[in-house]
Amino acid sequence: MKHLLSIANMQAEQLDEILDLTEHFAEIQQRDVKKVPALRGRTVVLAFFEDSTRTRTSFDLAARRLSADVVNFSAGSSALKKGESLRDTIETISAMGVDAIVVRHSASGVPQQVAGWTDASVINAGDGWHQHPTQALLDCYTIRSYRGSLSGLRIAICGDINHSRVARSNMDAFTKLGAEVVLVAPPTMLPSSLDGWPVKVVHDLDSILPDLDVVYTLRIQNERINQALFPSTREYRARYGLTRDRMAKMRPDALIMHPGPMNRGVEIDPEVADDPRAKVLDQVAAGVSLRMAVLFSVLGPGRFSLDGDAA
Amino acid sequence: MTSTVIQGGRVVDQTGIRRCDVRVDDESGLITEVGEGLTGDTTLDAQRCWVAPGFVDIHAHVREPGNEQWGTIESESRAAALGGYTAIVAMPDTDPPADNASVVKEILALSRDALCEVSPAGAITVGRQGTALAPLGEMADLGVRIFTDSGHSLQDALVMRRAMEYANGISTDDGARVVIAQHPQLDALAVDGVMHEGGWSARLGLEGQLAEAEEIMIMREVALARLTGARVHIHHVTTANSVNLIRGAKANGVLITADVTPHHLLLTDAACQSYDANTKVAPPMRTDVDIQALRAGLADGTIDAIATDHAPVGVDAKELPFDQAPFGVVGLETALPVLLTSLGKPFEALLPALSWRPADIAGLRSRHGGPIEPGRCANLVVVDPSAEWTIDRTTLSGPSTNTPFDGVTVRGRIRHTIYEGQPVVIDAKAMR
Repeated sequence: MKHLLSIANMQAEQLDEILDLTEHFAEIQQRDVKKVPALRGRTVVLAFFEDSTRTRTSFDLAARRLSADVVNFSAGSSALKKGESLRDTIETISAMGVDAIVVRHSASGVPQQVAGWTDASVINAGDGWHQHPTQALLDCYTIRSYRGSLSGLRIAICGDINHSRVARSNMDAFTKLGAEVVLVAPPTMLPSSLDGWPVKVVHDLDSILPDLDVVYTLRIQNERINQALFPSTREYRARYGLTRDRMAKMRPDALIMHPGPMNRGVEIDPEVADDPRAKVLDQVAAGVSLRMAVLFSVLGPGRFSLDGDAA
Repeated sequence: MTSTVIQGGRVVDQTGIRRCDVRVDDESGLITEVGEGLTGDTTLDAQRCWVAPGFVDIHAHVREPGNEQWGTIESESRAAALGGYTAIVAMPDTDPPADNASVVKEILALSRDALCEVSPAGAITVGRQGTALAPLGEMADLGVRIFTDSGHSLQDALVMRRAMEYANGISTDDGARVVIAQHPQLDALAVDGVMHEGGWSARLGLEGQLAEAEEIMIMREVALARLTGARVHIHHVTTANSVNLIRGAKANGVLITADVTPHHLLLTDAACQSYDANTKVAPPMRTDVDIQALRAGLADGTIDAIATDHAPVGVDAKELPFDQAPFGVVGLETALPVLLTSLGKPFEALLPALSWRPADIAGLRSRHGGPIEPGRCANLVVVDPSAEWTIDRTTLSGPSTNTPFDGVTVRGRIRHTIYEGQPVVIDAKAMR
């Protein structure tokens, strides 16, 4: 695997391989010394053109725990502010001889463009409303760690689907791994065309709640009120929020997931976020191991050896 | 004085098809003789080629004045000549905009040495801002025949009504009526869409532009055209329902014309999956259903003309993220070959929409669009319909090479172009 740009063009076997590899790296997280020399001498650039705390920190830790050299590059203090083009910025970074560029950008498609301008491996850390492949994979890993497999599970993705890269890449990953995906949202928050999306759509969360293995809820952005996508956070919570009352209707073994950061009291009540069924921190923990697996997949020697040299 | 004979071709115009030579004269700029066995100072071979009235593009952005790094009147008129065009209508979205007589005069002055006629369109409103009427009369006195806020769709219905009414009172020295043209787009519904709203925009995570944003504006303009009786033109129609609306309006006697671009006849929103901004155009590429309807509309005359919406944009700007890159593709050099290759129609079937029908709309019929007979202006194109070649953006003539057809192999090539009796393109090479 040279790049990780989108789940949409990946095979289920590739996803499984990365998840299997993640299990090995998760083991390392249990050790006192959480570092292996697998990517010693490799350089990873974190090119975050859009603000991010958890994804950047997670990639940073993942690269360091593989002994890679990490260069942080943020748009705020970069040459882009001086008028340099994105292409020149990428070509400049590449010319310094880096092995992987992790790209986060507010515009859909940028990682794909970047891959055309560099010989380095490009990892998509979230682009616009398009894709967030490592989020999708870490969510699959989290579900797998509790349920063994995604096959046959019924998963609801609830919230502003149209403006969510997480919704798109998770829908792709969940369905490729055999889960049944139901999108739950007011019609204003769904794309007007779902041609080719292997999903069901439901507008009434309560009608399916007792049947769900996983309830995956998305962050709601207040600015969407101004675009007439929903009337108020109060009404959103009443109709689509994971409230205490709804939690009572969920199966005892259901998983409650959220990509973070959470709006407690809007899309998820505090009591729900703190319920044992909520796996938000498991997701975060899985993120580091998963990103180690992804970095290793694109930069590693092909066969991994956890303790040996990456020769 | 130099005479040139176009030898051995099949001459085609609105009077029919015949095999004969055509002699033109570069001093008078006229066709001097049409017949067999003609001789002249120089000869252009036209064996196995069509000899036709030059093409007329009623929608080209030449970028001068203001954005000369993307294109100039000289560079874009060269691209036009290489594409077989002898006249282009230059959109007023220059900097400053062509919303008054002095800018129109500047464009006309800059066009004096161009490789084709450059006919400036004027803005409908001051600064193309959609509020105050621009001095349509003084621009019409300089020869402007098409008024449009091109690129900006005129949103205010009352201003549009007044523009149409006011245009009705403008008389021109050639008796042609001026045209009010509209980029049909209801901005409130189109939002900030960067591609067609549909299955692909949903997958790609890009903001879409609804087909209905175009259709609702066409409904409004049909109603206002009926009210005012003005000559109204709809730029670059893209949806099946738009074609139906215009077909219905024409059947009801409304004076309305419309054009379609080569890219909207051929490409769908699926082209955007590359995130290559050379597929980003306004209005956006739509769906297969729309393409079929556009082709049917062109065939039955609902759509009067093919216009390129030629829009040079520099490579740096097109390398911005898709949602930030400017809209537009270049089209003049590739229009005919692309159409010939993909529409499955013979050259003579495409010619009316490329030549005399747009010449009619733009008030250019006294000089362009044939027929090919002695005493007429010698604005001609010689087309080799069977030559195969591959479009290569690096060999396009202008400073901007933003084509969506890079790497596509096409059949049909512009061999020679004659403008005002002078060969400006010989064997697919521009003479200056």
